[in-house]
Amino acid sequence: MIFNFKFGRRRKAAPEKSSALADLKVGESAILADLKLSPAVAEHLMNLGFVPGLVVKVLRSGPGGDPRVYRVDGTEVAMRRDLSQHIDVELIGAPAFGD
Amino acid sequence: MGASTMSCHAVEKVRTAYRTVAVIGPPNSGKTTLFNRLTKLRQKVGNFPGVTVEHHTGYIRDANGQEVALVDLPGVYSLNPKSEDEKVAVDVLTGNMPGMPMPDAAIVVLNSTNLHTHLVLAARVIALGMPTLVLLNMSDELRKQDGDVDVLALARQLGTPVALVSATTGEGLEAVQNFLSSSAAAPEPLELPVIGSTRGYREWAVRVGAHAGYRRPATPVWTSRLDSLFLHRVWGPVIFAVVVIGVFQTIFAVGQPLSNLFQKFLDTTGAAIGHHLPAGMLQSLIINGVWKGSGSVLVFLPQILLLFLVIGILEDSGYLSRAAVIADRTMSRVGLNGKSFIPLLSAYACAVPAIMATRTIESKRDRIATILIAPFMTCSARLPVYTMVIAAFLPERRLLGPFLGTRAAAMLGLYVLGFLMAVFTARLLKSTVLKSKDAPFILEMPPYRWPMPVSLGMRLVDRGKAFLYRAGTVIMLVSLLLWAATNFPMHHGQPPEIQNSVVAKLGQAIEPVIRPLGFDWKIGVGLLTSLAAREVIIATLGTLNGVDPASHAADLQTALRHELTPAAAVALLVFFAFAMQCMSTVAVVRRETNGWKWPAIQFGYMTIVAYVAAFAAYHIVGRILG
Repeated sequence: MIFNFKFGRRRKAAPEKSSALADLKVGESAILADLKLSPAVAEHLMNLGFVPGLVVKVLRSGPGGDPRVYRVDGTEVAMRRDLSQHIDVELIGAPAFGD
Repeated sequence: MGASTMSCHAVEKVRTAYRTVAVIGPPNSGKTTLFNRLTKLRQKVGNFPGVTVEHHTGYIRDANGQEVALVDLPGVYSLNPKSEDEKVAVDVLTGNMPGMPMPDAAIVVLNSTNLHTHLVLAARVIALGMPTLVLLNMSDELRKQDGDVDVLALARQLGTPVALVSATTGEGLEAVQNFLSSSAAAPEPLELPVIGSTRGYREWAVRVGAHAGYRRPATPVWTSRLDSLFLHRVWGPVIFAVVVIGVFQTIFAVGQPLSNLFQKFLDTTGAAIGHHLPAGMLQSLIINGVWKGSGSVLVFLPQILLLFLVIGILEDSGYLSRAAVIADRTMSRVGLNGKSFIPLLSAYACAVPAIMATRTIESKRDRIATILIAPFMTCSARLPVYTMVIAAFLPERRLLGPFLGTRAAAMLGLYVLGFLMAVFTARLLKSTVLKSKDAPFILEMPPYRWPMPVSLGMRLVDRGKAFLYRAGTVIMLVSLLLWAATNFPMHHGQPPEIQNSVVAKLGQAIEPVIRPLGFDWKIGVGLLTSLAAREVIIATLGTLNGVDPASHAADLQTALRHELTPAAAVALLVFFAFAMQCMSTVAVVRRETNGWKWPAIQFGYMTIVAYVAAFAAYHIVGRILG
């Protein structure tokens, strides 16, 4: 075969960082710290409200646990683990601004 | 000209009225509903010159009865010229769009329930310096969910007029008239954010919101209740499947009787017109050429409108975004993401808008892959062909009580067939020529809303017009040419036997190619003419059989049964499931990919797949049925 027909997602063993958005459980909140994503993707997320300093909450997860729906400042956005694992969050303290 | 060039302070009082006003707003701000409400549907649709971004221009009268053109810009979050939609918005607002007059003023439509995110766009527009009106839409939702904002304080902060409005109820819309007939000056905001830093924008928005006493409304209870059902681990996918099957069953159970009624109406009218015409060439031209040809396609108008209605309801209610989340896992397995799901779902209506909708996909490779597989989705133009052939060959029986009949099941099977080929092709593309990392899946989840009949109706009118336009131009032209080709060469002033006509010669010339699929020359002519648009094959067969004395009296279904063996009918369905028989799609792919390379590859690939699959189907089914 000239192409790979293996179904199923490649699951890279992501380094276990306790401060990634992907590691929060459904219902938990944290403060957005850093978007380690390409500028275009980060820009798009920030336009939707994912701005460092704001509180993000894991609202619910889709069937199978991925993608999940997050809420920031009233906006609900769905994204996959492949993005949320590159978004750093701080688990403690009060929000810098907003919410 | 006009107000934009006026700089002299002495004439400020006798300002020329606004001629052109740009309307801009983020996605999910209710901008389209507002636009429809303001213009009372007096609109025309067009593309911006040079680019493929579609826009509506609507007309409204200001308080002095002056006509003002409202230009509806694409839904954007920001004015970052990196994305195509946003670049269009910037170009129009700054007067750099060739062929578009520079707008004299701007109306910014924001969602008042999500002000912090949306104020950023207002800041960008205000910074351009033209007279601006800021409309905070969805005032009804804001209040219902216990939110609040001080409009006057916000107006002071922004230096522009601000009004709280509701496009759904019409509340506060007189602000637009007031703005259009006032001589609003350029905005003088107290403070604008520092350009370049998104975080700076956000902090500014929160500060401005706080000064204006903005209280964000609570998320509607129903949205979270419905979400916990629609995104449920078990119920989510079940409901998804029920919705998809329900869409198809509706189109059959409701659409078919409507089409039948419409058919009766067309037949009666055709006969009535025929009676008033003198017998002869002219009568034959009008009744057998034009009426039978165009009419056989026209009858599918009810079903096509129904499909657009159902998809429109899903879209406007907010369910489509949830469906994309459900579909994302499956889509990711073929290397695409849930975002491709929305264009692909609308490809069930028509590949042309679907291919235009792929612009929301950020990754170029994913976008091309989605464009290439979109025409495999069973578009509404295939519906007439499928319906006709299935109805001719498959008796209706109940399979699952009243929920699913044999014909709907066969149709569903064809939809699945197209979908599977799309999946296979996507997999093939993504693992070879269009290899790329998984594209990001970021999708805003709007709250659930009742779909607005006005905006649904407006889109139906739009689609209906496009369909009628096609039936009235391309399909009628093909019908006429076909009628001519069947009536010439004349023999002693009489039309020839059908076997001796120009069209028969043409059909017989290609017969060797299609004979292995079980098709005769009439179907062959249909395949040729359907290159213009799929449904033209029905018109063609309608005309050919209308002219042929052997089948003149019979209806098209009976004629088809004479034309095709059951195996050849299956082959015909399979051919139509896979072939790219649509000039409009080829044209839009060329436009969207900026060249002939991809449409050529796509056309070749789809035709080969269609031929091989139809060949296989003909022989396998032929073997099974003996």
